Amino acid sequence: MTSGPLLQVEHLTKHYTSHRSLGQRLAGTPQIVVRAVNDVSLSVQRGEILGLIGESGCGKSTLGRAILRLHEPTSGKVVFDGTDVTALDAHAMKAMRRRMQIIFQDPYASLNPRRTVAEIVGLPLRLHGLATSEDEVRAKVGAMIEKVGLKANQLDRYPHQFSGGQRQRIGIARALISNPEFIVCDEPVSALDVSIQAQIIELLQELKRELGLTYLFISHDISVIGYLADRVAVMYLGEIVEMGPVDAVLSHPRHPYTQSLMSAVPEVDAVGHKTRVRLKGDLPSPLKPPAGCKFHTRCPLATDACRTTAPKVETVAKGHVAACLRLSENLSLLEDAET
Amino acid sequence: MNAPLLSVKGLRTVFDTRAGLVCAVDGVDVEVRRGECLGVVGESGSGKSVTFSSVMGLVRSPGRIDGGEISFDGRDLRKLSPRDMRAVRGKEIAMTMQDALTALNPALTVGEQIAEVLEAHDETLPDGRGARSRAIRDRSIEILSLVGIPSAESRLRQYPHEFSGGMRQRIMIAIALACRPKLLIADEPTTALDVTIQAQVLELITDIREKLGMSVVLITHDLGVVAEHCDRVMVMYAGQVVEEGPTKDVIGQPKHPYTQGLLGSIPRLSLRGQPIRPIEGQVPDLINLPPQCRFYSRCAVRKDVCKSLISMREAGPAHRARCVRVGETSK
Repeated sequence: MTSGPLLQVEHLTKHYTSHRSLGQRLAGTPQIVVRAVNDVSLSVQRGEILGLIGESGCGKSTLGRAILRLHEPTSGKVVFDGTDVTALDAHAMKAMRRRMQIIFQDPYASLNPRRTVAEIVGLPLRLHGLATSEDEVRAKVGAMIEKVGLKANQLDRYPHQFSGGQRQRIGIARALISNPEFIVCDEPVSALDVSIQAQIIELLQELKRELGLTYLFISHDISVIGYLADRVAVMYLGEIVEMGPVDAVLSHPRHPYTQSLMSAVPEVDAVGHKTRVRLKGDLPSPLKPPAGCKFHTRCPLATDACRTTAPKVETVAKGHVAACLRLSENLSLLEDAET
Repeated sequence: MNAPLLSVKGLRTVFDTRAGLVCAVDGVDVEVRRGECLGVVGESGSGKSVTFSSVMGLVRSPGRIDGGEISFDGRDLRKLSPRDMRAVRGKEIAMTMQDALTALNPALTVGEQIAEVLEAHDETLPDGRGARSRAIRDRSIEILSLVGIPSAESRLRQYPHEFSGGMRQRIMIAIALACRPKLLIADEPTTALDVTIQAQVLELITDIREKLGMSVVLITHDLGVVAEHCDRVMVMYAGQVVEEGPTKDVIGQPKHPYTQGLLGSIPRLSLRGQPIRPIEGQVPDLINLPPQCRFYSRCAVRKDVCKSLISMREAGPAHRARCVRVGETSK
């Protein structure tokens, strides 16, 4: 076992290209390219939770899936425990999948309605040959189902007989049954009610402690990330604009986008007095990302330079990086708004 | 003191299903005062949307209103004929739906959908055909600009799919506001939106409320939204109101164990490092509920006396909660 990071993502890029018919190709119709993930590098240490935050369409789920090669990356490298995952053939990749799993956002769409819980959760065991007999599969599934807080006598039920929170528990059991080391949690609590959301967060934390797991936790909810993660990466239009230890990033956000995200979260404790940075407009289309800094169309601090020059990632403190041209000026939207 | 704009007493809305009678709203009292913003909080299935669909007269078979009074601006809405109710709906009370994409008609342009409301309700429009359509166009442009849609004139000719999620929600608000209603019911207006867009839409609603002096009911599951935008809040659980009062009091000193549980189970940025405490268990099945406190099965401080029907109790000035522990000498 190496002592380096468990997961190392280097310059990962995922572009989706439009389909062109033969006629369109001959006529020279240009191909439309969606740059969903653009040159992203990050690493996740063993036993760590890296939170990945961003608005819808920023590419956070695509990044999670490209890491697992559920969507084939366009370029870049994913190194998992010393092995370059992107270079593996289908057979080796299948074996690798046992160690890298995913929990999906929608507990209604991600479980096959025609299979029982025993079949859904038992499938990874059968695929990877982790159990020698049907009895063993059932025993292991039963144990896992109890570990995620359901009852072993519910094994022969179908997904529709469970509530949203319970289904998410089934999804967690399916991800954990093959005894993986790394899990991509793709918005696992976003579809759930507040009180159920807290139950699932607690469960994920407990399982992580007990099984020594490592998470890439994708969410659009900055409070959830603040609660769970050790480090956080903020994504905007396919790029990471700020990354660092969760305390540093949330207490001293350096990128104007992180600052405006923080100020937009409605908070229970801020009755009446809250500084708010108003972001104008919507996320630009990833079909035509703005030139220069991609955030300049919405950034209250944008200058002429921002419209033409793309910022490079700079280190602002130990382990804390951000990509903004005006970092050295030490501006803060949050403090400006207070005065 | 002037009378409340909307006053609902003992509302009971039931749904006949094959499995039995589902009592989605059971004895709910609501009061919305003029010019205020009332927050209605609850999880899915708590009856918050059904309560206000009942107010709007939008409950359809197999659902029906089984009892209670709904009085709006001095009139009993339940006694109105369907025709009179149609005149109230959209004109005096307007509602925006959670999912703007399914609520808007995909086959009509935004301009046509706003014009529809004006045609149906606005008596001030001139009669001549040309003058009428010009007046409608001017009003539509004015309303779209009010909700912050740039180049309103050209966007009137566009279809809902040509707008982003936040813009669609603004269009729904524009349609709801077309006739300057006295009461706007916003059902989860920002649930499907990103936080930066959510902040824009909520501020828009607050701005317009102040500008037009209307009352707003904000239905949401997000206590943070309530804390920042509402004067008073009503917490619902399994078809009943369990706590209501001024936002500051309910969130600062929650009296009902469910409200306390909700507040304890959301991760908060300002309380980072503190553990969250989830509420165990699930919302009870609304069929054949036993006559007892509905939160009984999940309550951490339940007692034997909770196995009887609990009424709302005074917990402070204008602050009431449905729990036997309220009013007891402090725990």
